Amino acid sequence: METAFDIVLALLLLGVGGWSVIARNMMTAVIVFIAYGLLLSLAWVRLHAIDVSLTEAAIGSGATGLLMVIAAHKVAGDTKRVVQLSRGFHALAAVFAALVAIGIAALAFVLPGEPVSLAAPVLARLPESGLGNPVAGVLFVFRSFDTLLEKVVLLLALTGVWALARDEDWGGVPGLRLFPERHSVLGLLARTLPPIGFVFAIYMTWAGADVPGGAFQGGTVLAAMWILVMVAGVRKAPRVSSPLLRLAIVTGPVVFLLIGFLGFLTPGAFLAYPEGFAKPLIVAMEIALTLSIAVILGLLIAGPPKGEDAP
Amino acid sequence: MMPLQALAVTETTPGGALLVLGIVMTAVALVGLIGLGGRGARAIVIAALLFQLYVSVRVALMVAGTQSPLAYVVGGFHPPLGITLRADGISALMMVVSAAIFLGAAAFAWKDFAQPKGKPESRASLIFWTALLAMASALNLLFTSSDLFNLYVGIELLTFAAIPVAAIKGGADTLRAALRYLLFAVFGSMLYLFGIVLLYGAYGTLDISGLAAQLQPNAATLTAAGFVTVGLLAKTALFPFHLWLPPAHAGAPAAGSAVLSALVVKGSLFLLMRLWFDTFPTLREPADMQLLALFGALAVIVGSITALRQQRLKLLVAYSTVAQIGYMFFVFTLAPKDAGALIAETAWTGAWTQVVAHAFAKAGMFLAAGLAAEVLGHDRIRDLGGLSSRAPLVVLAFALSGLSLMGLPPSGGFNAKFMLLVAALAEGHWAWGAVIIAGGMLAGAYVFGVLARMMAEPAAGASLKAVGHGRQWIALGLSAVAVLMGLLPLEPIAFLAIGRAL
Repeated sequence: METAFDIVLALLLLGVGGWSVIARNMMTAVIVFIAYGLLLSLAWVRLHAIDVSLTEAAIGSGATGLLMVIAAHKVAGDTKRVVQLSRGFHALAAVFAALVAIGIAALAFVLPGEPVSLAAPVLARLPESGLGNPVAGVLFVFRSFDTLLEKVVLLLALTGVWALARDEDWGGVPGLRLFPERHSVLGLLARTLPPIGFVFAIYMTWAGADVPGGAFQGGTVLAAMWILVMVAGVRKAPRVSSPLLRLAIVTGPVVFLLIGFLGFLTPGAFLAYPEGFAKPLIVAMEIALTLSIAVILGLLIAGPPKGEDAP
Repeated sequence: MMPLQALAVTETTPGGALLVLGIVMTAVALVGLIGLGGRGARAIVIAALLFQLYVSVRVALMVAGTQSPLAYVVGGFHPPLGITLRADGISALMMVVSAAIFLGAAAFAWKDFAQPKGKPESRASLIFWTALLAMASALNLLFTSSDLFNLYVGIELLTFAAIPVAAIKGGADTLRAALRYLLFAVFGSMLYLFGIVLLYGAYGTLDISGLAAQLQPNAATLTAAGFVTVGLLAKTALFPFHLWLPPAHAGAPAAGSAVLSALVVKGSLFLLMRLWFDTFPTLREPADMQLLALFGALAVIVGSITALRQQRLKLLVAYSTVAQIGYMFFVFTLAPKDAGALIAETAWTGAWTQVVAHAFAKAGMFLAAGLAAEVLGHDRIRDLGGLSSRAPLVVLAFALSGLSLMGLPPSGGFNAKFMLLVAALAEGHWAWGAVIIAGGMLAGAYVFGVLARMMAEPAAGASLKAVGHGRQWIALGLSAVAVLMGLLPLEPIAFLAIGRAL
């Protein structure tokens, strides 16, 4: 039964992936790509990688898909801005993609014997921290230094997007104003879905210490709700120079850094947790990070600030 | 142990916490900068960079004093679970060089990226200062981390800081250059990440010395080494992956170009050296290393000839970076795994001298080129006339940098190329010796070509603006360091081998 499910899933992935490639209409291709991402996240579930699956659904399918929808919407019907690639280029891309696929498949066989992994030592040392989710253990205990720096990367990505603004628009409202009609289905969704999403996000963050979930997943759900509200035109995005917005995006990194420095005092190493306080400190950190991640992701999608009159 | 391979350190050493501060304090400043919305931005940046210089000098002094590396076990979790920071001679050297050049660039940009008084924060100011801090933090991470995934985070941090700097001026051309930079950089990151995933799958560790100890020359390892190397070559802009560099570096503001060309490309280069000398030393087969040297040689020749044909000063300076990077790749073949200690150390010292001398010379040269463009209102090489009478210090800075790039004595560039040449001839690599000499002559041609134009009479109807003395002295100071490095004795520098097997 499970094998049958896997085979159907694999065939569906191939079919949907192929459809996305050959679709003539750009918007169709994008929508099918989003479906492909969701199917892929099912495949990750089948591989028992729940955290990867959640991230695939949220970022690989959700956020990336939305960016593509925005891009496709912007150039729709504008033949000047859509570059027509030659057949030869398409063929070349197909050959390259096939080579990459074959290469990756071959690599799976290149690895000598059983893949070595650190799963056992992670599980062995996890109880010291009081956490139950080994992924959270890696992210916030053993390799929290990586996680801390990744949050700085996220901030930088945001300033990178903001760098694309025109000087005279600086400090203004991000330019995500796609579907301004009122009383649409989208508007209804944007008014009813966020409370549910909000509760769900809080649960995901809170539960992340012991089961799959956590700040990133919780933050993504919150961001999705916020983006829905922005896209539907129910609420405008805040000005990028708003002090409250700035506070929200730095709260997570600030709390993370403070807890890191606290480690210098006790027990004596940067990013080490005082004995018995690891779990409460990590949960505090995750809550602060959820807020920052949600706002940063939302703003990343919303794009650089734009003048009120710009189309 | 292979010659020059890093010695493993497993416990936190006295002073190890400095390594954390060297990475984290600039990140703290960055977070503060964004949170405070531009208030006191420049003061925060200068304070953070001064602190970074202090930390770097302390690290270098401690490494020299103890003749052994500093190390820090982050969070108290040892590899393979946790991450260790480690600073040997080359790390300490690069930390000091990077902190000094960042301070110079920040001082140079002080006026250009000022916060307009009484007005809301400006776009360019926020983007430039956050990017500068992030690059400073990322480079120190690349210089000191000994965990391959942690290093990946460093590469990402560096990339996402460098691209906004290339895009900061706005306009279609700049954005196109920045986008091309982004595509090359992301392609490089993905290949690197793919490589280290394979290594983790094969060995269950990402720790550099842990990997080196168990490394087997099997298919998985070789594939991983190939992916990682090509990925980093794309980021280092080694020929034939150099196409993104000139427009991106030339399109940035002068202080930005200076750090991009002087330091940012050295971040991935540093990692490449770490990998081949410390992670994969046993894989250094002469044929593969000759291939790297061949691309280096092609970079020297193609980069120099293309520089010679440029009509814009900033593009010429950027193409010169493509050429100068090439020299650094001779180290892979000139310090082979079976080399005699003296020759290997000579090549090693030559390569690092080239890295440092080019960093100072190129920072000085890009700042000089920026000032020249400000004086003249354009950067067409044909119409550089009159610069020597209006801004002689700018011409002097350009000339001193040029001296080092050409490799004429006395200069750091001369020491570097001389030592690489000696190693090449001692090992019978006549071809690479010839390329080193030819590259110097080509550099002479493009530097003197520009200098001759600068000394010429001003073009008819040209109006020359005055620029402040402070910034001219900064450019001159950086160029002067490159020249003063020529006073070092022409022999292997022991500091560069601290923490390594001989």
